[in-house]
Amino acid sequence: MHLHDLSRDRHFRHGASDMLAFGPGLAAWGLVTGVAMTQSGLGVGLSILMSVTVYAGSAQLASLPLLASGAPMWVIWASAFCVNLRFVIFSSQWRVHLGHLPRRRRLVLGYLLADLNLVVFQKAWPKRDVHETGQARYAAGGAVAVWTVWQVSSLAGILLSSLVPLSWGLGFAGTLSMLGIAYSLLTDRTAWIAAIVSAAAAVAAFALPLKLNILVAIAAAVAASVVMAKTGRPAERAS
Amino acid sequence: MTAQVAWALPGWAYGAITILGMALVTALSRGFFLWSKRDVRLPDPLQRALQVAPLAAIVAVTAPEILMTHGELIGTWREARLPAALAATAFYAWRPGVLGPLLAGLAVYMPLHIGLGW
Repeated sequence: MHLHDLSRDRHFRHGASDMLAFGPGLAAWGLVTGVAMTQSGLGVGLSILMSVTVYAGSAQLASLPLLASGAPMWVIWASAFCVNLRFVIFSSQWRVHLGHLPRRRRLVLGYLLADLNLVVFQKAWPKRDVHETGQARYAAGGAVAVWTVWQVSSLAGILLSSLVPLSWGLGFAGTLSMLGIAYSLLTDRTAWIAAIVSAAAAVAAFALPLKLNILVAIAAAVAASVVMAKTGRPAERAS
Repeated sequence: MTAQVAWALPGWAYGAITILGMALVTALSRGFFLWSKRDVRLPDPLQRALQVAPLAAIVAVTAPEILMTHGELIGTWREARLPAALAATAFYAWRPGVLGPLLAGLAVYMPLHIGLGW
């Protein structure tokens, strides 16, 4: 299906509009990332190339000091992979919903699906272990929305880097909008406990390099959820 | 080998190759379980437990941004992020959403941060 036909699809539009609620926070984050890339000395051309092709904000930010210090390529790639390890876990969730697509299409779509996409997707489709009609189009709508907002704001940050005062702490706008979405996901006891465990682990393991504290936090939350599933009542778990 | 490439290539080309490699890493990690032609399914209990992973990731990114500064827990009240996060939380409790809590948080954060330097 071409993008032109897709844009009239109900699920696609729904996916895009659900995502646009996060537009302001996402844009603030994209802007800050754009500024950070240029100010690290990457240059306008390479900053644009990075934004458009790498398209993973946390890995981009983690790579900047390494690039600036002339670290070997493989070190930069390995650290990008470490920062991106959570996407490996996410892709097993996407497989449930996108597995029916032709391989090339699901790989292209998968490449475009960031953290926010899965979180918003899970809110819209609460039955997480079944595939339902329209899910791929919904995901594609969200992917196009995030891509557009991120690239436009990141490009603005790259081109206007000298005009955007980082001392204003604009990046905190991104954090605040993440806070809103985290609250909206706290729908049951399992989610609450996972969030509390994750926050504690992320803070405790903060000293780890390469943002590996995020992976530790995910592992701790998943482990807590396994324990809860074993001890909790089945009815509650099913929710 | 990378050292030789670095020596032979102009800086922008070396940077461009590094960046394109990173793009490949994004594609590999996001497509990891989408690659196989067979239907890959993790064991059901694990798959179910992994459903908390996205929430955990969002919280893991957000919590240190609110609670920590320079790698340590914030130890002072003169820090704009704490009242801002409280304002966003209170707004969410009143009216759930994304934009409302964001604006409420910024309304507290900006004056304290820019005005008072907290």
